[in-house]
Amino acid sequence: MATKNWPLWEVFVRSKNGLEHRHFGSLHAADAEMALENARDVYTRRNEGVSIWVVESKYITASNPEHNGELFEPAQDKVYRHPTFYDLPDEVKHM
Amino acid sequence: MKENLYNYILQIADNSLILGQRMGELCGHGPSLETDIACTNISLDLFGQVRSYYQYAAKIAADGRTEDDIAMLRKERDYLNILLVEQPNTDFGYTMARQFLFDVYHLLFLKELEKSKDLILSAIATKSIKEVTYHQRFSSDWIKRLGDGTEESHERIQNAINDLWTYTDELFRLSEVDEEMLEEGVAVDISKLKNGYYQKVSDVLEEATLTVPESKYFQKGGKQGIHTEHMGYLLADLQYMQRAYPNMEW
Repeated sequence: MATKNWPLWEVFVRSKNGLEHRHFGSLHAADAEMALENARDVYTRRNEGVSIWVVESKYITASNPEHNGELFEPAQDKVYRHPTFYDLPDEVKHM
Repeated sequence: MKENLYNYILQIADNSLILGQRMGELCGHGPSLETDIACTNISLDLFGQVRSYYQYAAKIAADGRTEDDIAMLRKERDYLNILLVEQPNTDFGYTMARQFLFDVYHLLFLKELEKSKDLILSAIATKSIKEVTYHQRFSSDWIKRLGDGTEESHERIQNAINDLWTYTDELFRLSEVDEEMLEEGVAVDISKLKNGYYQKVSDVLEEATLTVPESKYFQKGGKQGIHTEHMGYLLADLQYMQRAYPNMEW
């Protein structure tokens, strides 16, 4: 066995119906079923969720912070890309 | 006081109290942060159930004792839990084997208790079933994971199952209290749970590539207050604060 540590998993929880799953944190588990049960015990025991996703961390491809300039900064001076010129009705929640 | 009902409630509640104490011992000592929290969650579920039972028992006793007095201040011979739940956390294999062997029984038991003529017991059963369904899922998964895991995990969980097997028959033995309460339509006929229990246990063990023990030598006595040598130490831990500082609260 190469390592004694269980692999790392990322946990996403939908806190109520209608909302999207949000990243809640990470944990260690030997397999997907254990990751789900651990997530339930670590993150949702105070009634925080209605649905859990777990994904092994190694399957997540992350952007490199060193590339933040080229990736994100060009968007900052283009206000017309943001829907700020519309009035949002009060009935529309979670935008 | 309805002594049979009082003792019947204790028979049920003491199982959860003592197993809850055993799982609580792992708080801060679990094999990983995640399993540590999982075990203490199970412990808290069991203590939650226990409170409802002891509140009811205190009402039946009507002698001024509170739920805490009943939980904390009895002597060893007055605890009526089965022997299985008091067995120690020898290693994680024993902890999971004990949990699994109890969970399968516990769930079958609660599903029958739900039909009891006693509405309070029935309501506690209904509330507990969801929790215990999860306990059984958690412990069954661990039995499979350890049994079908490495050579070492297989051997250790098999040893734990073999050792604890001797305490399983007691689960289905009717005490005098059971028989009296059965006549009143309050108690569960636990002798009828036996086949379903061994079937479920065997299914999980087989899936876990484990051998179902064939031993026919069984221990009993817990429901009569005759406990194994581990019980005294467990109670010393459980009762220390109330014995050292009587009536303390926080």
